[in-house]
Amino acid sequence: MRWLLIRLLLVSVLILGAAVPKGYAVSSASLHPAAETAPAAPQVQEQMSQLQAQAAEAKSAGDNAWLLVSSALVLMMTGPGLALFYGGLVRKKNVLATMMQSFTLMALVTVLWALFGYSLAFGPGNRFIGGLDFAFLRGVGAAPDADYAATVPAQSFMMFQLMFAIITPALITGAFAERMKFSAMVAFMVLWSVIVYDPMAHMVWGKGGLLNAAAGGAFPTLDFAGGTVVHITSGVSALMCALYLGKRLGFPKEPMPPHSVVLSFIGACLLWVGWFGFNAGSALGAGSLATSAFVATHFGAAAAAVGWAGAEWLRNGKPSVLGAISGSVAGLVAITPASGFVGPMPALVIGLIAGVVCYLMVAKVKSLFGYDDSLDAFGVHGAGGSVGALLTGVFASSAVNAIFKDSQGKVLAVGVLEGNAHQILNQFVGVLIAWALAIVGTLAILKVVDVVIGLRVPDEAEVQGLDLSQHGEEGYNLEA
Amino acid sequence: MTKLEAIIQPSRLDSVKEALREIGVTGMTVSEVRGHGRQKGHTEVYRGSEYTVDLLPKIKLEMVLPDGRVDAAIQSILKTAKTGKIGDGKIFLTKVDEAIRIRNEERGEAAL
Repeated sequence: MRWLLIRLLLVSVLILGAAVPKGYAVSSASLHPAAETAPAAPQVQEQMSQLQAQAAEAKSAGDNAWLLVSSALVLMMTGPGLALFYGGLVRKKNVLATMMQSFTLMALVTVLWALFGYSLAFGPGNRFIGGLDFAFLRGVGAAPDADYAATVPAQSFMMFQLMFAIITPALITGAFAERMKFSAMVAFMVLWSVIVYDPMAHMVWGKGGLLNAAAGGAFPTLDFAGGTVVHITSGVSALMCALYLGKRLGFPKEPMPPHSVVLSFIGACLLWVGWFGFNAGSALGAGSLATSAFVATHFGAAAAAVGWAGAEWLRNGKPSVLGAISGSVAGLVAITPASGFVGPMPALVIGLIAGVVCYLMVAKVKSLFGYDDSLDAFGVHGAGGSVGALLTGVFASSAVNAIFKDSQGKVLAVGVLEGNAHQILNQFVGVLIAWALAIVGTLAILKVVDVVIGLRVPDEAEVQGLDLSQHGEEGYNLEA
Repeated sequence: MTKLEAIIQPSRLDSVKEALREIGVTGMTVSEVRGHGRQKGHTEVYRGSEYTVDLLPKIKLEMVLPDGRVDAAIQSILKTAKTGKIGDGKIFLTKVDEAIRIRNEERGEAAL
């Protein structure tokens, strides 16, 4: 008797549930109440397919809404997030020039992306780079591109990916801050975007790419949101820039403290928030995977802030604000490749490790070697990205993301802890290729730009500051 | 006439100004300066890089007084600027030969 009641209840709930969307979308349906007569079979079929279309539409609307919001969040990471974070860390004579570098990339990479960048990264091509099928965004419209994101317009996916193509080179600017010619920066970035970023994005995320884990690459590297593509490429390229350009005048004898940790603080908090779009958006949908990535992202950032500030507290006796916010960024970097593959507890572990490792990179290793990575683009993104990419292979879980299946559709182990020991090798190959491409590509581009334009500003201009010498403006006209 | 220069802690400026006004000092010039005496600076650490900040912010008061007012001024500065810690600053006195008011060319103590 009780079972019967429950079943009756369930059935009525189901009927109500089905009736609501029908009522919203097709007003004519209410003219033929289903209860009157049992509908004929073709009618049921028609209604079923209508319902299916409506369900697909509703899913598409939800996924698309989240992807558009995520795209905007990721753009916000570059401007104003990164611009503020980096702008605060330089001396006040270089604040505008530093912000201008990020802003320039927002404009410059967008134009490149529309012309051929998207096509080189995501167009059909070989294992290393896409072709020109999508050049001038030909065929990239409202219809979804099932190869990448079947539920959203291809243009949404294109925009989301564009924001990654913008922030990646912007991260590099931290390494050559306060000494690079603006013209040389523009030339370097155009070339870097085409020669390093687009191929790397194609290899990891492009259909048929060498490292693509979702589409059967030769070395399936797990990289949910860009640990290799974004953070290793930018971080390692940053190190190359710091080594090639040499130190700032007076480094390390002359003090060069950040001119405003306040600006950096605001920037770091915007980065943290924007990163929800970066990682959870990389689910390319609004489902539970987005939630899982959102959770992992937040926990990774928090644990790394604790790790960095804690390590600093132990060594210096004081936890600094700059340390805490740098830690959160390091954690966000490290959790990026793992975010769609790990649960909350591994996220805490990855964040904590990244916070401590990046702190040691920045505070110890950098001074040991003596290179002038001015704003620690390598120490945070190169090191954090590499640590994160390797740990992703350790902690990835099929319960979070069943990315590997056999031919029968059976879910296979993903990470080392699940028994897929081989994955750490794949991760290593991915990391190695990202390092190699970044080193070779960046050094070649630097050489060319150095010969043609010259990379560094003259000494007088460096002393005067890039704001005045490159842009004819000052960040702070306090007497105006 | 005597010129009195006092370097004091920035936090004491208001009390010193008030005290000087009470004893009838009518004018002074105040500047924000940086310097160091026996007080050591402090260290700041940014991402592991240590910076020693040895020039600390101070306030410099300058006033030229009739000789009869100098002692009173010194006393009130000593009383109000003292916190008892290193870094409280110093007072310097110099003889002044002449003072001229630009508006009406008055000279000597009348110009003060």
